Amino acid sequence: MADAKTLTFLLMDPPYEDARSTTAFRLLDAAARRGWHVNVFAYEGAVALPFAKQAPHANAVHGRSVEEENHPLPREWVRALMETARAYGGSLDWVNCGLCVDERGAGEAIEGVRRGSPADFWKMVEGADNTLVIPTR
Amino acid sequence: MAKYLLIESRDPFTSADVDAHWQLATSLAREGDTVTLFLVQNGVLPARLRARSHGLAELAGAGVEVLADEFSLRERGIAPTALVAGVRPAPIDVVVDLLAEGRKAFWH
Amino acid sequence: MKVLGIIESAYRATIEEQDDTVVWFTHVLKGAGADVTVLLCGNAVNYAVRTQDASGLRFGELRQTQAPRLAQDVGSLVAKGVRVLALTNDLDDRGIAAADVVEGLEYVPRAAMARLLGQFDQVWHW
Repeated sequence: MADAKTLTFLLMDPPYEDARSTTAFRLLDAAARRGWHVNVFAYEGAVALPFAKQAPHANAVHGRSVEEENHPLPREWVRALMETARAYGGSLDWVNCGLCVDERGAGEAIEGVRRGSPADFWKMVEGADNTLVIPTR
Repeated sequence: MAKYLLIESRDPFTSADVDAHWQLATSLAREGDTVTLFLVQNGVLPARLRARSHGLAELAGAGVEVLADEFSLRERGIAPTALVAGVRPAPIDVVVDLLAEGRKAFWH
Repeated sequence: MKVLGIIESAYRATIEEQDDTVVWFTHVLKGAGADVTVLLCGNAVNYAVRTQDASGLRFGELRQTQAPRLAQDVGSLVAKGVRVLALTNDLDDRGIAAADVVEGLEYVPRAAMARLLGQFDQVWHW
């Protein structure tokens, strides 16, 4: 792919708490579909986004079974985005901040997620065409 | 001059500091910089035509390109044809494209 | 590459983390060789106040032994050669005087923000 760009994102929010997570995934999707190289440094609560133990549930208020509810799992979104990036000729490199993982007990992440430190984020920044930090509140 | 992408995810009705962020966008434009303000999430709420907030029209008048995320508008039932003057609906793709162009970008 | 880190969010999980996680992150980036400048604004201008004291918390029989020392962490950024700026409008709004804060800060009025951003390659708002 001609002129593939590299973008780095830093995320901070855990799943299910704020609209920022959804917007972040929308941005990652847009970049992945362009065949670009996308770096994600997950800091603080965002290390829970690819947590392997997320599980779907039913929705009794709406009378929906587990299957019918088809509840989103951010770990599935991360996996799907990794696949999409590859399919379009790019990549999605997801790094969880290791200390943030340790203090939250979120060590079990889906395959393809690696552990790192803020120094890894700095390497991502230096190697990218641009970087966007999405802060938490 | 520099080119900026300011992403505004908050609304002035609940966040007192949104006004300062808008004013920064105006200041940058007045310095001669190219500025795009991309409204997303609740940041699109003041873009509704009858919203009691006039800052966005002033921003556009100062030369800031003001875009509102199409999905965020739809999610909140704000018709893309009934926006404050100077605000244009845009897909989220604009953000990644402007990032790829190298715009100095930060999220509020 | 020159980076401006705008720290606005304040006292968010600072007890649980025993740090401000963005000030901490900035320390690590500096150690990794980043050319980073910090601008304290919003409630984060209070991080420079010397008399902050979060010590003494206890949860049941568990006492916190390492309370955050945010002013010291800001001061040590200065000591490492990181420029730490503070937005004067936000200091004034909060009644914080120069005598109240750690040494080594540089003061920037909001009116100078646009020019300030022009000095950096990256601007990260926290």
